[in-house]
Amino acid sequence: MANDTDPSHGSSRRGFLTGGAGAAAALPLLTAAAKPGPPHPPSGTKPHMDMTLSINGRDHQVSLDPRTTLLDALHDHLGLTGSKKGCDHGQCGACTVHVDGRRVLACLTLAASLQGRPVTTIEGLSQSAALHPMQAAFIKHDAFQCGYCTPGQIMSAVACVHEGHAGDDDAIREYMSGNLCRCAAYPKIVDAIREAAPQTAKLAERA
Amino acid sequence: MRPFHYEHAADRAQALKAAAAAGANVHYLAGGTTLIDLMKLDVMRPATVVDINALARDHAEVRAGAEGLKLGALARMADVAQHPAVVRDYPVIAQSLDLAASPQLRNMASLGGNVLQRTRCPYFRDTGWSACNKRQPGSGCAALNGVNRKLAILGVSDRCIANYAGDFAVALAALGATVDLEGPAGRRVIPFEDLHRLPGETPHIETDLKPSELITGFSVPAGSWARRSLYLKIRDRQSYEFALTSAAVALDLDAAGVVREARVGLGGVAAKPWRSHEAEATLRGRPLDEVSAQAAAHAAFAGATAGGQQAFKPELGRRTLVRALLQARAMEV
Repeated sequence: MANDTDPSHGSSRRGFLTGGAGAAAALPLLTAAAKPGPPHPPSGTKPHMDMTLSINGRDHQVSLDPRTTLLDALHDHLGLTGSKKGCDHGQCGACTVHVDGRRVLACLTLAASLQGRPVTTIEGLSQSAALHPMQAAFIKHDAFQCGYCTPGQIMSAVACVHEGHAGDDDAIREYMSGNLCRCAAYPKIVDAIREAAPQTAKLAERA
Repeated sequence: MRPFHYEHAADRAQALKAAAAAGANVHYLAGGTTLIDLMKLDVMRPATVVDINALARDHAEVRAGAEGLKLGALARMADVAQHPAVVRDYPVIAQSLDLAASPQLRNMASLGGNVLQRTRCPYFRDTGWSACNKRQPGSGCAALNGVNRKLAILGVSDRCIANYAGDFAVALAALGATVDLEGPAGRRVIPFEDLHRLPGETPHIETDLKPSELITGFSVPAGSWARRSLYLKIRDRQSYEFALTSAAVALDLDAAGVVREARVGLGGVAAKPWRSHEAEATLRGRPLDEVSAQAAAHAAFAGATAGGQQAFKPELGRRTLVRALLQARAMEV
């Protein structure tokens, strides 16, 4: 994971993915351009809004269409692709992030509505070079297969512990029910959360 | 999602002013868990969205006292569900909130937005279906002869069988709550039971809210029945699912177990948050037992019309209510 952003490795995994995605997307983009676009904004609508997004302790000045969700702002404007777009309708939990330290769904949050409130994503979860205990526990317990839901699972799991809802396996299952895993790694996810709960509870969340 | 004009309101006065100035096609934005979802689906198409989250400063109170329970419209579902006074004195309200949606959605959704959530009828949510009288007045109802297993059997019309899918509103209806409203014409307080309308000939008109009127809070009376209360929710999976059937019950029993007062709400099965005055009248003055609970359940579903895939629903609804009443009787308060 550390190699992703280590410039000494020449081409980073993230850089490769970004470049690759751009090349691969060229053809679909041309197809999309042929479709009729959305109707013009109602008269008086400002096309873009200036706003400050506070992500993982850093402020970002951005100018966004009011329709932009926090999830799309993270992906398309800030290069933070850790939070995942699963359903994009608040049903799967893959986009779970923390706002004011509380877990919410980035896909149903308009970036404009944040008004500078602090956001923590999976990229900002660990406050040091080491993994957060919850991340380490997910790896140790092999609490995933494809890994697509994992960032959301981990953000949700950390909040679940901080809320005091990780006291036993039944509570963990109930209060993790907003995060779906189509690989059905649920038993191992419960194992990981149970193990990481005491250490996670001791860590103060980055505001 | 269609373009819209975004307005941020710093307080109630600004919100009302912005909404009134925007004209007819305006929606308030709080948690966004219904609105953003339905805007992405192109079911809701506001020209203006007025963000009222800053109103939480003045309208997020949770206060339990001798006069009852006061809830601010911008209080979040999770905060009210976990509030010690609500858990202790109004368990039916705490449970109705805690059993709804997912932890993330409960952190986001406001109480005011929650009671205004739209139906989950699949034909309403999918614009690929042309027939939906709620979405497009006069277009018909694809649900009448369609996939209607989860839809309503009480309060329906031949124009619409969409159900009200929420839980908290069912508890509010049962407990005889009132709702505080503020609009361009000033403030008013109405019974919560009167907030939502039955579909009748006009299923697209869902509430009695006037244009740009804002919900600011809820009041639940301090009844002798509030502590002996619970919310029982029956669904296809154990968590993070809407109710097939649900019951909100509250009982005031005398020392011999005779019902002094009963409050009964039903969820999942009705066109609006449903209070069963029939079930309440059946219980009053009778010992709460299997026989009286059955009688109440039959009274509650006497007017049910179950078509298509709904044959199972009246019986499931009756059993849900009977179980809820007997569990409430067994509570130690």
